[in-house]
Amino acid sequence: MRVISLPRIGTVPAWRRHARALAAEGVPPGAVLWQLDAPEGAPSDLFAGAPAPEPPAPPVTLTLPREAVSAIETALHHSDPERFARTYGIVLRLARGDLRWGDRSDPALHRLLAQEKAVRRDIHKMHAFVRFREIGTPEAPRRTFAAWFEPDHPIVEPASSFFAKRFGDMDWIIATPTLTARFVSGTLSFEETRDTAPPAPDATEALWRTYFTHIFNPARLMVSAMTSEMPRKYWKNLPEADLIPEMIRTAPERAMGMIEAAPTVPPKRAEKLRRGNV
Amino acid sequence: MVKRTLTDKLAILADAAKYDASCASSGGQRRNSKDGKGLGSAGGSGICHAYTPDGRCISLLKILMTNFCIYDCAYCVNRASSRAERARFTVEEVTRLTIEFYRRNYIEGLFLSSGIIRSPDDTMADMVRIARTLREQENFRGYIHLKTIPDASPELIAEAGIWADRLSINVELPTETALSQLAPEKSARTIRSAMADVKTRREASRERSHRGTRPRAFAPAGQSTQMIVGADAATDGQILGNAASLYGDFRLRRVYYSAFSPIPDASRLLPLKRPPLIREHRLYQADWLMRFYGFEAQEIAPQGGMLDLEIDPKLAWALAHREMFPVDVNRAPRELLLRVPGFGTRSVDRIIAARRHRSLRYEDLLRIGCVLRNAQPFITLPGWSPRALTDSADLRARFAPPPEQLSLF
Repeated sequence: MRVISLPRIGTVPAWRRHARALAAEGVPPGAVLWQLDAPEGAPSDLFAGAPAPEPPAPPVTLTLPREAVSAIETALHHSDPERFARTYGIVLRLARGDLRWGDRSDPALHRLLAQEKAVRRDIHKMHAFVRFREIGTPEAPRRTFAAWFEPDHPIVEPASSFFAKRFGDMDWIIATPTLTARFVSGTLSFEETRDTAPPAPDATEALWRTYFTHIFNPARLMVSAMTSEMPRKYWKNLPEADLIPEMIRTAPERAMGMIEAAPTVPPKRAEKLRRGNV
Repeated sequence: MVKRTLTDKLAILADAAKYDASCASSGGQRRNSKDGKGLGSAGGSGICHAYTPDGRCISLLKILMTNFCIYDCAYCVNRASSRAERARFTVEEVTRLTIEFYRRNYIEGLFLSSGIIRSPDDTMADMVRIARTLREQENFRGYIHLKTIPDASPELIAEAGIWADRLSINVELPTETALSQLAPEKSARTIRSAMADVKTRREASRERSHRGTRPRAFAPAGQSTQMIVGADAATDGQILGNAASLYGDFRLRRVYYSAFSPIPDASRLLPLKRPPLIREHRLYQADWLMRFYGFEAQEIAPQGGMLDLEIDPKLAWALAHREMFPVDVNRAPRELLLRVPGFGTRSVDRIIAARRHRSLRYEDLLRIGCVLRNAQPFITLPGWSPRALTDSADLRARFAPPPEQLSLF
């Protein structure tokens, strides 16, 4: 048994290098044990360093369609511990021509494509729900912001280039329970998360909460439409979410109030406008 | 009068803006700020940053520049005869809110609309100034949507299209009669000619000169409009027919349908009811069928007709055209597969890709992502035959909610 230990930062490029090398040697999927490096200080895995004899197999050169490479690399950011082994098996079969890319009747490929979709959704939600708070002074030439976010999958690396392109003129940190992305003076880097405390609210948050309350139309209450797109698991890190229960509670009464209110007399201004002498 | 704080103004002018349905922020010019000299990116698929309990997303900071208005449109919360509280933002205030919200990743950009103060030109000029300040002073590269005022001069519209990603002009009501009754200062002719003007300028901006240089982009994310549904007596057939002509004549990106919703201090001309949300939903489904599934407006709802509220318009069409079904999934052309209830555009693409390699079986459709419950009566392939189901008399009952649940709507 070969044990391949992958780093926690740069996991996917490392997997790709190992997969190519293993395929070139003709190592079959069942003869590899894939694992992630333990976080610093954790005990190492029992299986490490116990090589077993392997049955010989013909070498394989991994050439795959581009769309397959991109989907595979996305799916590898899933949290499923089996993903490295399953994907190695899939790429061997694809390269040998035993499996057609896109064939959803193959259970392993179907699983991979489902995981790719889950990862893409998680990345999309991270792009949507990260909330920055200012931690520097607003007058600084490059302003500094920080955010705490809890994704379902280890996606900080693929999700961060979006923020680098969008927030190019400021410095920022996004910390998650595993890794932290840091963007300073235009350079993006990753490190193990040390500080797991969310940053303190800043002054603009009160304005945002005002906006959130007032853009809501109480006559159109549709709670399930909201929760299907913004599931409750994200709420604890959204500065506006604690307003939601009260907005829901008072909505029916506010809507009825509008319907039942008697028409009012137009203000004097309106009469002047109507006569065209403003 | 006590001077209003920024918070007060934001509350009033967000309240005034919530009846506009659009919040799209996708498409258009690709921009980013990787060079470190500006803020923002755009051009990908838009992102919804939050959802309010009405189920609508917050993608853009959607506010009015001012809700003072000299027009008196009966359906509008900001009409001159309403006693709504009034406020007005300065250029700096809108700029500051947009930039500060954007830096915190609350929004994709700004959707700015306005009541009409003094004159259409004055109002439009102020809105253009806000967009220009964001672009030129703040180097803002996020998304800007400006609601243009149809009576404003063409030069102002021309400048608006340079700074904004999207322009929109609301047709407001589905028929001209309703518009003249409920929005006496607005004219359907002016609205359509403003749309035609935007379309012409967009086309001109995409034509290369003889040297191959391209002029400046003009409203690269296109134009859109909104129709209020349920304030007048227009039928769904009229609404969809109108939408089809707007898509055809002006190459609109989107037509939004907005269920007429109770507003504070309503006009006596328009008694309030609960908003027709299911009807609005069915209109969006029908709109989708026209844009992506090859349906004509008349096929979905005849001019005088209404959409079925209990079942979706694609299913309703299939039930009324049983002679076309069942469809052989392994042989039918794309256009016909698109008409099968439960098959989306993505499922159809996957079916076509997969059947090049082998014959599809019923079990494959589930993995492809088809909604089989809806599709079953209308398809045949190895592993499934609907037999008499396609023509059975009570097929509609299989899909429509049982009668006792109707009160829910």
